[in-house]
Amino acid sequence: MPAFHPEFRHGVRSSLPLLIAVGPFGLVTGVAMAAGGIPPLEAMAMSILIYAGASMLAATQLIVEGAPAMVIVMAAFIVNLRLFMYSASIRPYLAGEPLHRRLIVSYALVDNPYALFLQRFGTHPDAPGKFDYFVGLSVPIWLCWQATVAAGLLVGHQLPAVWKLEFAAPLALIAMTVPFLRERAMIAAAASAGATAVLAHGLPLRLGLALAAVVGIAAGMATERWLGRRAS
Amino acid sequence: MSSATLWAVILSIAAATFWQRASFLVLPERFQLPALLKQALRYVPAAVLTAIWAPELMLRQGVLDLSPGNERLLAGVVAIAVAWRFRVTFGTTVAGLIALHLFDWML
Repeated sequence: MPAFHPEFRHGVRSSLPLLIAVGPFGLVTGVAMAAGGIPPLEAMAMSILIYAGASMLAATQLIVEGAPAMVIVMAAFIVNLRLFMYSASIRPYLAGEPLHRRLIVSYALVDNPYALFLQRFGTHPDAPGKFDYFVGLSVPIWLCWQATVAAGLLVGHQLPAVWKLEFAAPLALIAMTVPFLRERAMIAAAASAGATAVLAHGLPLRLGLALAAVVGIAAGMATERWLGRRAS
Repeated sequence: MSSATLWAVILSIAAATFWQRASFLVLPERFQLPALLKQALRYVPAAVLTAIWAPELMLRQGVLDLSPGNERLLAGVVAIAVAWRFRVTFGTTVAGLIALHLFDWML
């Protein structure tokens, strides 16, 4: 068996503190999917094939609400638009890597490893072992995520409806949103998107959701520009 | 939702998500996101996630309810406060669920 690249082991070590955040999030996601009536096999398929927590929670919420299939897929796509940004910004670091390695990185490209990867290599992009580091980061996170989602599914299916666990999905989404709200432009984006979604809820095909995304992004960008102009 | 539809939804999201992640990674390096688009994408998570949970708190059977009798709204406010202060998913979810039961029992 070939020895692991030192950067692989470094990646594994860097991932360990993150598991404290990934594990509970996986648990909550599993519980929410079970409470939303998604069968265990389908829920695990989501967890392994999609492997992006926010979109899984969003899809769960919309499945509970009985939204049409097309709307659910669109909503997950919009939630995951940030992945385009990740893909574009990590690309220069993997310039010399063959396609199959870049496809492996693609599958495992989630928020936490992305952030850690850029922290480590942002200042020295030519350092060796970047792929190995990313894989080292991703393996423990992947295992932890799948195990805790499975545990959450088990727990969620055992607990009776009086626990109101279906409310876990919006609560976990709140927990994901709030850390973004550290700048005024972000708060403007979230507040205006939330208000639009509430007011436009009656629109057919949940067009309110897409409308809210557009309004929120526009409000965020307008606020950013306005604050920038005032500062200069 | 039927099992076949659910599977179609899962596979579609999986394919779309993989495509989103692979998009720039499989292209030659010279393709980059335009700066304006990059700026816009920064606001996507906060905007879209809020657009999904806000109606869950503020609407009751499709009708706007911002009264103190809306236990989901109150529980949501508790969850936002916990998330703001402690930034933990699990704690936020548990606090929100406990608050929901508490307000439900009180009101």
